[in-house]
Amino acid sequence: MRTTMKANKKNTELKAGLLFQLLWIFVRIGPVTFGGGYAMIPMIEREISIKRKWLDEEQMDEILSLAGAAPGGVGVNAAAFIGYRLAGIRGAIAAIAGITIPTFIIVCFLSAVYSQWADQPKVIAALKGIHGAVIALILVAAYRMARNAIFDKTTAAIAMVIMVVLLVSGINPIYMIVIGLFIGFILIKTKQLLGIEIRTEKERLDYSDEDSNYPEYYI
Amino acid sequence: MIWDLFLIFFKIGLLSFGGGYAIIPMIEHEALNGRWLLEREFQEVISIAGMSPGPVATNSATLIGYRVAGFGGAVSATFGMILPSLIIIIVISIFFYRVRDSLWMKSTFYGLRPVITGLIAFAAIRLGFMGSKQDILTWESLGILIIIFAALYGLMKFKLHPLTIIVGSGILGIAFF
Repeated sequence: MRTTMKANKKNTELKAGLLFQLLWIFVRIGPVTFGGGYAMIPMIEREISIKRKWLDEEQMDEILSLAGAAPGGVGVNAAAFIGYRLAGIRGAIAAIAGITIPTFIIVCFLSAVYSQWADQPKVIAALKGIHGAVIALILVAAYRMARNAIFDKTTAAIAMVIMVVLLVSGINPIYMIVIGLFIGFILIKTKQLLGIEIRTEKERLDYSDEDSNYPEYYI
Repeated sequence: MIWDLFLIFFKIGLLSFGGGYAIIPMIEHEALNGRWLLEREFQEVISIAGMSPGPVATNSATLIGYRVAGFGGAVSATFGMILPSLIIIIVISIFFYRVRDSLWMKSTFYGLRPVITGLIAFAAIRLGFMGSKQDILTWESLGILIIIFAALYGLMKFKLHPLTIIVGSGILGIAFF
């Protein structure tokens, strides 16, 4: 009886320790990664599977590809997945808190500082420059996504049509995602009925390029 | 207002396939249609969200919440943005592992990926030309264009760190404008 109580207590302590470690790992990852959630992936891998060996490479790859495919920020999703895998719902909450809180504070701080200095010409000019950099970061994300998403005429046509419709119509972009959830299903069914050969994913022949090691991070 | 922020970011979070950059157009739509922000303010928000560390999606939620309703707004928008992720990840962990390789899932993503590509490309185009509807060819838009190309070149060709790019283009901005 006493031994089980002791074991339970030890177990709880271990669990609390694990939750704290999860929180701490993600607290450190958030503030040092720039360029969006995708930039966090290599650091997350290093901390979780290389340094601590909590998950092996294969489990990690599976988690990261699902994190990229699920809705939400990739960094937040990956944190939630890993936390849940290692310590259940509380683990997921600890990991998400870790990844969100420091950047939340930084962003609030930046926003407050910016509103103090918003009418300084130099600040306005610097922000205009940074605006260009952010557009470049988005274009790189689009390019990487395209490399993985567009591999036949149908996918190329979908991307073009979506872009043109958005540019000319002013429709709520959220509907595009809703359409996106069904269009693949409809197109694949149609192709099957017409007897056209179907392929749902890009063939991955070349793994040597470092970018292509993480194809599914961009869904 | 705080409740509205939570609801809207919850809705966006629920459908934000493709991560931070793909949701910029959705955030823009809500922020401008809800008359929360002017176009110029929205552009500032995205620039600050992009230059801040961490995920772009939660950063922009935090910033917009903060602008619209102060600290409480920032908390509720950020919370609205991450709550769907938490719920969905738990559901996926329990059920989806099994259906992951089904043709049903594969054909969903076959269609969804190019849609997201279109959305992200649209986000870049909108952000590039939104401020200058009347005359696209001004000195300012030319300056921005030069910075975009320089940043792209640095990112793709020399694989420079995003922070280097952000700081560098801030300096270029001061030099240009």
